[in-house]
Amino acid sequence: MAAGFKTVEPLEYYRRFLKENCRPDGRELGEFRATTVNVGSISTADGSALVKLGNTAVICGVKAEFAAPPPDAPNKGYVVPNVDLPPLCSSRFRSGPPGEEAQVASQFVADVIENSQMIRKEDLCISPGKLAWVLYCDLICLDCDGNLLDACTFALLAALRNVQLPEVTINQETALAEVNLKKKSHLNVRTHPVATSFAVFDDTLLIVDPTGEEERLAAGALTLVMDEAGRLCCLHKPGGGGLTGAKLQDCVSRAVTRHREVKKLMDEVFKSMKPK
Amino acid sequence: MEGSTQTDAKIRTDYGTDSSSRGPGCSLRHFACEQNLLSRPDGSASFLQGDTSVLAGVYGPAEVKVSKEIFNKATLEVILRPKIGLPGVAEKSRERLIRNTCEAVVLGALHPRTSITIVLQVISDAGSLLACCLNAACMALVDAGVPMQALFCGVTCALDTDGTLMLDPTAKQEKEARAVLTFALDSVEQKLLMSTTKGLFSDAERPWSGEEGDAFGIFPSPPASPGGWRGGGLSR
Repeated sequence: MAAGFKTVEPLEYYRRFLKENCRPDGRELGEFRATTVNVGSISTADGSALVKLGNTAVICGVKAEFAAPPPDAPNKGYVVPNVDLPPLCSSRFRSGPPGEEAQVASQFVADVIENSQMIRKEDLCISPGKLAWVLYCDLICLDCDGNLLDACTFALLAALRNVQLPEVTINQETALAEVNLKKKSHLNVRTHPVATSFAVFDDTLLIVDPTGEEERLAAGALTLVMDEAGRLCCLHKPGGGGLTGAKLQDCVSRAVTRHREVKKLMDEVFKSMKPK
Repeated sequence: MEGSTQTDAKIRTDYGTDSSSRGPGCSLRHFACEQNLLSRPDGSASFLQGDTSVLAGVYGPAEVKVSKEIFNKATLEVILRPKIGLPGVAEKSRERLIRNTCEAVVLGALHPRTSITIVLQVISDAGSLLACCLNAACMALVDAGVPMQALFCGVTCALDTDGTLMLDPTAKQEKEARAVLTFALDSVEQKLLMSTTKGLFSDAERPWSGEEGDAFGIFPSPPASPGGWRGGGLSR
């Protein structure tokens, strides 16, 4: 009987749960799904991470290549993120050029990297004006069950922390780059931005970490990206119902708690990794 | 409808005295709006903020492709064309923001299985572009007669390195600022409809207050003006 009601009136079915301050999967309104992270699984990439937020799974692979630095900033490298939403992850995506959701997610990740300054582009420069690293960060969603942006930012952060770049010296005589694959060093990841997404219901209720179903029923969404100093790198609210300042404050405090949880998990994972 | 309605909104003669606690940089550049200047679209508007200018055209409610139709409300589409070059990923991201903002206020349920298309063309960009696009879109929707539950306005603020807040920054101020925040507020209760930020800012510098009722400190609720247009925060 409940299944019938859910098909006919999904929003009303959902509201019954929200009235009791819980959700159909048993979580509370402010509770995240089980987060797991697996680092360094792709051996052909310079850095990789797989993040699972409940059912949502995103894998990030980072490849480093050489490029000439941009002419207007000869001492900077590049970080190029790309989010791919293949038909594998959800029936709403078709194969072909990236759709709107993939492009918006790519732009969001690029903004997070730019705003939080997690990688200083100057650190990626090998020889000013001649050679710099370009980091291609490919994020592929393997299973899309809501809250894509949180999973993407977390996967990117973990993958970048996993990246090991070989030492490069420019040979003075031949002016060619010599790569020493035996000597690798980690990237200097300066800040750790963590995203927290909310779904807005009926203009007043905010639930954390929405699943795919909840995102479809919600009136609006809100994503906050915070770093460890409590600064907001991004306040992304693409339309939807109105929010008051007080509600925003609640979201900010929840985002701060989430940052602590994520940082703890990541530190545990990296500590447990055996050095290669 | 005869000719064009020129609403040359003169900037407030007292520059930012209401928000003087925030510093002298809280005045807006001269802004103007002209409606019904294009003959083909159902509604059109040109919004000017200082030197930034955006032209918007609205077609709708019109026929919708079966693949895109929604059975119980109108399908909104936003196309944003930059001044030079082809639209890229950044434009797609902005289109999504503008579309979601319009979806929150347009009464789509009155026109099911139709499409409302908003086309925005950037004429010149001198800072606060997204806010100007939002304002132009709103005025064009009004000109087209699309039913809406509220009007909305876009505003950009910039926080510079020592924490002073500037409204409606120019391109130069945006580049030098530490953080640039763009908000869309609705006209009925000044609630936050859309927000996007660039750069880092701490919680203490947030431009909104934490109290109920006063949604945004920069825009205290305007007194209800009898009849006339309460266009949110920009014109007061």
